[in-house]
Amino acid sequence: MLNTILGSFSTGVAPSTSSYESIATVTVGSGGATDVTFSSISSDYTHLQLRAIARTDQAVIPAELAITFNGVTSGYGRHTLFGTGTSVVADARSYSDPAYYLQMITGASAGSNTFGTVIMDILDYKNTNKFKTIRSLAGYDNNGSGYIFLNSTYFGSTNAISSMTIATQSGNFVQYTQFALYGIKGA
Amino acid sequence: MASTYEKIATTTLGSAAADVTFSSISGAYTDLVLICSILGTSGVTSNVVTRVNGDTGSNYSSTYLYGTGSTAASGRQTNSTHIFIAQLNGYAVTNQPMPIIVNFQNYSNTNTYKTILSRGNSAGTDVMTDVGLWRSTSAINSITVKFDVGNLQSGSTATLYGILKA
Repeated sequence: MLNTILGSFSTGVAPSTSSYESIATVTVGSGGATDVTFSSISSDYTHLQLRAIARTDQAVIPAELAITFNGVTSGYGRHTLFGTGTSVVADARSYSDPAYYLQMITGASAGSNTFGTVIMDILDYKNTNKFKTIRSLAGYDNNGSGYIFLNSTYFGSTNAISSMTIATQSGNFVQYTQFALYGIKGA
Repeated sequence: MASTYEKIATTTLGSAAADVTFSSISGAYTDLVLICSILGTSGVTSNVVTRVNGDTGSNYSSTYLYGTGSTAASGRQTNSTHIFIAQLNGYAVTNQPMPIIVNFQNYSNTNTYKTILSRGNSAGTDVMTDVGLWRSTSAINSITVKFDVGNLQSGSTATLYGILKA
């Protein structure tokens, strides 16, 4: 019961542990990767959850993930509330971006072995009667600097989401970056 | 496909205690999720914190965001001996637990420092979210939850889950 209650308002918790399944996991190897794609996503689930740690080979931090669905490269935006460690900022991007930009990852100027992380929920991803809403909790800490982000966005399409591509703002993902996609079943 | 969200252990306190510790955690999972319902000592203001592997050194840091009902703020811990996972800006109230969810990402990866994401609320006083860092490449094999001031009270619960990958 506790799990059910908490699952209703907090990112990162499946409403039922027996209905949470791993779909695919990608771990970047020593050569790095420009992007990661989950394709042919099954429609067996009600919601999707992406869990990741990531770092780029670029110096700029926080670096952004650039996420697209179904190969669509326009019409993305977001609303964000984030903390810098000293201040709180509310921010929005109009729905004209080529990808859902999610600030969360570290780069070469961060401490060694330090990665950003994200847990992203994609709700009703296969419903063909409405746009898809997405929320995420993301951030990184670099012992003296860091950001924590609450993000919300939508994918403005009534098509079921069947693929997702995750790239970086610039550069490549470094080794040990990992993206894991999970499916959450309905009753 | 097999279920991948597994309960590892649950603790319910029958009396007040300084902490709850899950030890000998298997490395079989990708991520760990800790779900707590924590009761504090009435009249005491404190923070709920976590440590891993019994490490009491200054190897933790965090960046957090919170709202008190009238103010939104962000803060930071640097070279800390623990990570904040929930804070109580007012006094603890009897029978009013603090719901907390902590995600330990890639906890068994021995090539990266460990990052956590948490949501910790105190229903009567504030909401908070936090990203934390443990600067160690060691796999996490134990997790401790405690208050920085005072004890966890009887009735506090903590459940640890493991998430497998494909």
